[in-house]
Parts: sequence; structure tokens; C-alpha cells
Amino acid sequence: MSLALPQAGAGAGATLGRLIAGQRRAATFVVVAMAAGCALLAIVAIGQGAVSIAPGRVFDILIAWLRGDAATLEGRDVLVVLNIRLPRVLLGLLVGAALAVSGALMQGLFRNPLADPGLVGVSAGAGLAAAATIVLGDRFLSDLIGRLPFAALPFGAFLGGLASTLALYLIATRGGRTSVATMLLAGIALGALSGAMTGFLTFLSDDRQLRDLTFWSLGSLGGASWTKLTAVAPIVLVLLAAMPFLARGLNGLMLGEAEAYHLGIPIQRIKAFAILLVALAVGASVASAGMVGFVGIVVPHLIRLALGPDHRLLLPLSAFGGAMLLVSADIVARLVVLPAELPIGIVTAAIGAPFFLWLLLRRTSLIDV
Amino acid sequence: MSEILVSARGLGFTVDGRALVAEADLDLQPGTTTILIGPNGAGKSTLLKLMTGEAKPVAGTLQVDGEPLSAIPAWKLACQRAVMAQQARLAFPFSVYEVARLGVDGIGRALSRERREAIVADCLSAAGVIDLAGRRYQTLSGGEQQRVQFSRVLCQLEAGRSVSERQALYLDEPIASLDLCHQLALLDMARGIASRGVAVLIVLHDLNLAVTYADRLVVMDRGRIVAQGEPAQTLDDALLRQVFRVDLSLSRAPAPGLPFLLPQQHRGLESPLALPGT
Repeated sequence: MSLALPQAGAGAGATLGRLIAGQRRAATFVVVAMAAGCALLAIVAIGQGAVSIAPGRVFDILIAWLRGDAATLEGRDVLVVLNIRLPRVLLGLLVGAALAVSGALMQGLFRNPLADPGLVGVSAGAGLAAAATIVLGDRFLSDLIGRLPFAALPFGAFLGGLASTLALYLIATRGGRTSVATMLLAGIALGALSGAMTGFLTFLSDDRQLRDLTFWSLGSLGGASWTKLTAVAPIVLVLLAAMPFLARGLNGLMLGEAEAYHLGIPIQRIKAFAILLVALAVGASVASAGMVGFVGIVVPHLIRLALGPDHRLLLPLSAFGGAMLLVSADIVARLVVLPAELPIGIVTAAIGAPFFLWLLLRRTSLIDV
Repeated sequence: MSEILVSARGLGFTVDGRALVAEADLDLQPGTTTILIGPNGAGKSTLLKLMTGEAKPVAGTLQVDGEPLSAIPAWKLACQRAVMAQQARLAFPFSVYEVARLGVDGIGRALSRERREAIVADCLSAAGVIDLAGRRYQTLSGGEQQRVQFSRVLCQLEAGRSVSERQALYLDEPIASLDLCHQLALLDMARGIASRGVAVLIVLHDLNLAVTYADRLVVMDRGRIVAQGEPAQTLDDALLRQVFRVDLSLSRAPAPGLPFLLPQQHRGLESPLALPGT
């Protein structure tokens, strides 16, 4: 372009080049560091618990297991690692990643840093369905539940998350266009309604059911098993695999829906796809680990602070960050009240909420609701 | 080259039974700068939204390069036209560079990374915002933000050129928050883009700038196009009175003979709006 606008100084192009190169180097470094951090943390986490196992030993067991000759190893700790700790840590990684990526997707979709599956009622819907299964299942559906080939509780939670997302989507879509503001407000209303109904179910429940409900609503990775993993893993992997296809579209959406349309982004398709993925991933998370809050808000926000809001980086880093946060929280949950165990939701909220407040106080300019 | 690129026939748009645009016929030609003027609420922005495909007309037909607009997929349309809206808020704190890059990210996918980066750098410096490249968009002034959006639109046109040579550029009040120097510079550049064979449509409020920069002037009033043609023939005292409701008389600038308007004449005349209680 050689037109008559005031031209920038001669060094500006070079400065821009340095800026881009610097950003790219920082991004590469953070991706590698976080991937390595995830792996290290997983090994440490597997070693922690009632029976403490040294990281070196954990590493040896895992390598042997990956080679397929774990049977040759001796010792009780092999069983502990392979049957109890490894599924638990893997579930933590998957659920953490799913929650953080779902949070980042919703924030991008709603163009609002406060959007979160917890906020728009997806988790509440899943929780309501779980509560209904716990409290009413025994009374009305015991014959049916007894005959189901899978656990009714996770499946119920999963359906609940999907149903509340679908309701949200239908309420907010008129004439082929989804209004993000309507969806956010409707989500808050649906969340409150689900909460009230869950409260009513709590009121109806007996002592044993009440314990189950508490466990569920505060979350735990304690029930991890290979069976659960095989149910959760495919859904989370689909979510992770979809990230590169959504990132560009979400970036464009930052400008607003009209601008995104002008840029050639198929907004309606991106919205529908992202919403479906979030419903699936949150349903699977709540189904396998109960309601775990704050991961979806804290992790993406922190990454935005550190590296900016570009979704091509934000989504994968949120996956790593969420995985690390949940596995760390699980270590704390397992260790603070040995030999008992804290619900993990207490830990994520206790770490997440003050941290979030601190972020807000430090950098108010980043919040533009 | 002179063949019509965008052709609207009988376009109409209604909200709650009120016609915001009715029976609009408008052609955009490559190489031509068309400027759309009219009083507040005349339907200028709505017509622009219909032309870009953002809003669906309830009546009439709209063709881009001989094809009905509704039949063109979004990505292809994005290579054929770029749009700068009146105001753009950004949800999250992107840097200036990242905002401009959005223009090449989607439709420039076929281009090499080096080429894309070069386009962004060129367009940032063309819009005079390359020195702001690392700044956060939210921290800029309104005028600077507008120039950043303009650089993004330039990026989109440049990247789209690899797919479609025949392009249109839509600017909705692009100079509303710019200082005089950048107002003139942006309009100069819009004409420069038109001279490369792009069909340019600009919504403008400043009548003097409109007649100065337009090849074709289109005047809207209450949802209808009431006049269009060469600026010197289109704008006259009667139109000013009827459409803009100001009782001013046009003068002729000495050199190119373009009409111009001095609002100074208005001092002492009766105002169309009255203060409450008078």
C-alpha cells in the first residue's frame, strides 16, 4: 500500500517481526513446559497416598506396564499403581482437561470471561439428574436400574447435562440464530431451577442417600476405575481433537457475531458444535467425578493473563492447565485428612476462589463484562 | 472491469411491520466509490447490512458477481467483500497485531505463513497503526481502534484477492471518531482501493466529504433511495431542504466545481429542533 497515511518509522516492521517471533517462542516454551509439567505431576501424584511410592519406582512400573511386561514385576505397590492410582490420576487429567477446555469454549462462545459450564446450568442439570437417580432411583426404577448394562448414576448425569444444554439452546435460538445473551440469562434461570429441584430431592432423601448426594455435589476422583476411564476417555479425546477446528472461529467471534460472519466464519455451525461438545464433556465429567467447580473459570483466565486470548493457544494450554490443577487438588484432597479423603470440589473451590479474587484485584482491566 | 459487481433490486427490510428499507435499487461497480448519505434513521446502515448479507432482505434480489448472495457460502463471500462496522467492541484483550491478523486467519489459509505476516504488517502500516502493534486493543482511543479495524479489513481484502479478484468494500461511518488528518487519509485510501478495481460503498455523514470523495452519491430518506448519481448533479438546495431539513444553499468550490456547504449560514436561522419548554 502506498497511500497517503502518515507512515510509521522505518524500524516498525522489524519491531513487529521481533514481536511475532518473541510471542511464538514464548508459546512454544509454555506448551513444552506445561506438557512436561503434566507428566511429572502425574508421576508424583501416583506416588502419593496412604501407601507412599517413590517417583522412580512409579516410573519403572509405568514403563514396564507400557511395554506390556508388568506381570514380571513384584510387590504390592505394582497393584496399587496399576489398579488404583493410575486410573485415578488419568481420570483427574481427563476431567481437569475437559472442564478447563469447556470453560474456555463457553467463554469464547459467549464472549464473556464469566461464562462457565457451572454458570450456565450445564453442571446443575447434570447434578439434578444425578440427584434424581440417587433419590428416586431406589423407589421407582430399581427394577430397570438393576437390568441396565451400565451404571445408572453416571449415565443419568450425562443425560441431564445434555438435556439442560439442549433446552438452553432451543430457548436461545430463534430463526436459525442463537442469541448468546439470551442463552447466558436462560442458563442462570435453568441453573437456579435445577438447584431448587436438587434441593427438593435432598429434602426427600434418607440418610444414606444424603451421604451419596453430598459426595456427588462436592466431587471426588475416588471412584476411578478402568471401566469409568473407558467411558470418559473417548468423549474427552473428541473434545481435545476438535480444538484446532474451533480455535479460529472463536477468535473471529471475539469481534462480534456480525464481524465473524463477515470474516467468513460459519458461526452457527461453530456454536452448535461447541455447545454439543461442552454438554458431552461436562456430562462425562460430572458423571465420573461429581460436580467440581472453578476449574473452567480459573484456568482459561490465568492463561489469558499470561499469553493472551488467542484460542489456538488458549484451548490446548487450558487442557494442560486444567489437568494439572485437578491432579494437584486431588493430591491435596488425599493427603490433608489421612486416612480419610476430602471431596475434591472443596479443594478446587478453596484454591480457585481466593486465587480468582486475587487475579481480579491485580488486573482489573482484563475484565470487560 | 466496468461490469456490475453487486446488484440490488427492490430490496426491502421490515422490523415489527416498519419498513426500514423499501424498494432499494443499487449497483456497485468495480473501481467506483459510492457514498451513501442521509439523515439519521434513513436506513443507511440497514441497507449496508442487507448488501453485505448480514441481514436477510424480506423483499427483492441481491446478486454478487451474477450469483444470488444467499447461494454463496460464507467463506467465499468473505473473499469477495470486506466490511467495517460502525463500532467494534472486543470481548477479550487481543493485541492490535492479533486483531489485524483476524483478517487473514480464515480466508488466507491457503497462503504461506510468511505471506500472511507480510500482509498484516503492510496493512498495519498502511492504516498508520504499526507502532501500536503490541498494544492491547482495549487500551487504544476510539480513533485508533477504528484505524486498527480498518487495517483488519485491508488484511481481509488482500488475503481474499488470492481467491477472488473481484471484490467489494463496505465501510459504515468509517471516519466517525477520526481526526481530520486521518479522515482524509482513510477516504484517500478507500479511493485508492477503488482505483485498483474494488467496488467501494461508504456510509458517511459529512456532506462536504461525501461530495468530495464520491464517484456516485446515493441519498436515502425514510428507508428509500431518493436520489443517486454524480455528486455535482445529485445534491441541490431542494434536496437539502427536503431530506436533511436544513435551509442552506450550496456553493461551488472554485477548482473542480464541486458543491460545498457552509454550516456558518445556519447561525441565526430557525433550528429544526427546539429546546424543551420553548
